[in-house]
Amino acid sequence: MQKALKKYFALFALPGLICFAIAFFIPMVMGIILSFCEFSDVTNATWVGLENFKYIFINGEFTDALLFTVKFTLISVISINIISFALALLLTRDVPATNVYRTIFFMPNLIGGIVLGWIWQIILNGYLLKYQVTLVTDPKYGFWGLVILMNWQNVGYMMIIYIAGIINIPRELVEAAQIDGANKRTTLFNVTIPSIMPSITICSFLTLTNGFKLFDQNLALTNGGPGKTTEMLALNIFNTFYGRVGFEGVGQAKAVVFTIFVATLALTQLHFTRKREVEA
Amino acid sequence: MKIQKSHLNLSNFFEKGEKFMKKCLVLLTTLLALSTSLFANGTNEKKADEVYFLNFKPEVAEVYTNEIAPAFEEETGIKLKVVTAASGQYAQTLKSEMAKSNPPAIFQTNGPIGLAADKEKAMPLSDTKFYSILGDKSMALQIDGEPAAIPYAVEGYGIIYNASIMQKYFDLSSKKTNVNSIEEINNFETLKMVVEDMQAQKEKLGIKGVFASTSMSAGNDWRWQTHLVNVPLWAEFKEMKGYNSIIEAGLAASDSSFKYSDNYKALFDLYLNNSTVISTLIGAKSVDDSMAEFALGQCAMVQNGNWGAGQILGIPSNKVAKDDIKFIPLYMGLDGEESQGLCVGTENYLCINNDVSSQAQANADEFLYWLFASDTGKKFVQEKLGFITPFNTFSEDEMPSDPLAKDVIKWMNKDGVSSVPWAFAAIPSQEFKNNFGADLLQYAQGQMSWKNVVNNYVTNWNLEYKLANN
Repeated sequence: MQKALKKYFALFALPGLICFAIAFFIPMVMGIILSFCEFSDVTNATWVGLENFKYIFINGEFTDALLFTVKFTLISVISINIISFALALLLTRDVPATNVYRTIFFMPNLIGGIVLGWIWQIILNGYLLKYQVTLVTDPKYGFWGLVILMNWQNVGYMMIIYIAGIINIPRELVEAAQIDGANKRTTLFNVTIPSIMPSITICSFLTLTNGFKLFDQNLALTNGGPGKTTEMLALNIFNTFYGRVGFEGVGQAKAVVFTIFVATLALTQLHFTRKREVEA
Repeated sequence: MKIQKSHLNLSNFFEKGEKFMKKCLVLLTTLLALSTSLFANGTNEKKADEVYFLNFKPEVAEVYTNEIAPAFEEETGIKLKVVTAASGQYAQTLKSEMAKSNPPAIFQTNGPIGLAADKEKAMPLSDTKFYSILGDKSMALQIDGEPAAIPYAVEGYGIIYNASIMQKYFDLSSKKTNVNSIEEINNFETLKMVVEDMQAQKEKLGIKGVFASTSMSAGNDWRWQTHLVNVPLWAEFKEMKGYNSIIEAGLAASDSSFKYSDNYKALFDLYLNNSTVISTLIGAKSVDDSMAEFALGQCAMVQNGNWGAGQILGIPSNKVAKDDIKFIPLYMGLDGEESQGLCVGTENYLCINNDVSSQAQANADEFLYWLFASDTGKKFVQEKLGFITPFNTFSEDEMPSDPLAKDVIKWMNKDGVSSVPWAFAAIPSQEFKNNFGADLLQYAQGQMSWKNVVNNYVTNWNLEYKLANN
């Protein structure tokens, strides 16, 4: 078996590696190179060094988008994880029809970004009509609209991951805790949560990166309105690219800065949560 | 012995099964390998007999794909592939399509600024059949002295009004003005009086408001940040001495003082305060919503252009009669506005891609000539696309028959009235327009003072001009 693995490992990993290279690695390298160039489309670039990076902070747009994205991600990471964990706890009990509920809670995740943003825009505008305002009247409507949308879409997905983690907690641990006289609360904080630390690692990572990378829903819900007050980082990069002639390189430079920032953040988070994982 | 026998039988069975499976697998893989040749025609081969046209106008997208493409293929054997970009997304779509291995052979550009961004891609057109049919050769945009972009649709916009609702007002016994016909509305003062009186008596007229909603949802604010601001821009650039045209003056203007901002505000306020919805709700309205309100008879006026005729007359259950839709100019209290006409110009220029094969370029020329010079093509242009074209191949009775196009032509030829050219082609960047539109929305929602809107306009114009010309 080991011999077979060694012999055929490369062959089986190849399709995945090719896809990874084409869809991710090569574009990333191209992007980094292009951030040092002035170009109008990816085939005619001229090297300009750090020129593009100087224009990143030309007005406060990038920093504003960054702050908005950080606020949004912070709130949605916390809310999604708490809600999905609570749901996971509920749906791992001995209640009838948990599978039906699990399916129902997961279904929102199946709807794609743009359509989801569009539908929620209609729903939220319909609700706000009662108060004679719209989503773009105030940035906080757009902010909370995005938070609600993000939660609605991702709670089901994270819930599934937490359910898998909870199901895999060894029975003996829980029983031992019960014998020792632990009540529900102590069991939760001292047995359950430490045991599902790997799930927490994954869910935090996913919600963190999803929050920072959010684009489709932002575009469809508010398109950054009013003005640019609800513009998140990805949308800002997109608009920089197309807003002025000659700013394509600046958009690319912003994208490089964005990648480094999110990668650093995500790796830090992984490091801290991995440290706390316990072997059962 | 017995066991051995059965063992043999079983293993035979398995061996036969395995062999069968192997054969099936080999057969399947061979079939798959062969069938890839079926798919090989997909994207790699450059189609020698196809024309790829990236269309800008979503309002006629279906006419191209469902009617023009089949007709063209039938007559010439060349396939026409038409892709239409979403409203407000043409530049983005064009950029990504250009970078692909099969870029559009025909693409649109909106004027001198847009052409400057695409100038390496635009093929010189002086030898093409398409250029030869242009009536006024000076209308073509040039790069280094060579015509590179040809206008294909001259359009006009102003305030579209519903003549029967207006007549209802003129016949009202309770009206507070002395105006009895639309011809008497030839300046802002009179327009304002009539509009405000109509709004006060809207129940009697059976409408929800005089103007359709001042739509400002994302991508839908172009009627205000581009079309409406055209009139103050024209008035301002007109005063610059030493230039051959308004556009030339505008392109040289490193600063714009928004001198006629009060006039702009006057008409904009009129739209906001006499509308079917209150001004805090316009952020959720699109141009389609506004046109639908007009088509369903919920309002009497809407600012838009002759391209909107299809949107008004084509809406099912529309309540507006064909003969009832006409234009009045965008009066905003400027000097001499009695002789101000509709805003007429073009933002629709076609270019042929320099980077496609010469066969593709020849096919592109073939299609454009067919569309604007052959009998079948001209019929489509006149009846389905509704373009007022600047080509010498169209006789008078081949001009579009929709009521708005007819009215634009009437206003263009009216005595004592001259059209306002499209000065907005000189606006330094899309970013400027986006920022101006965002400020207008905040002003409409009561979140920004008009003074700040004007200040931002002035600062941004100078900034964008510098960035575009550094």
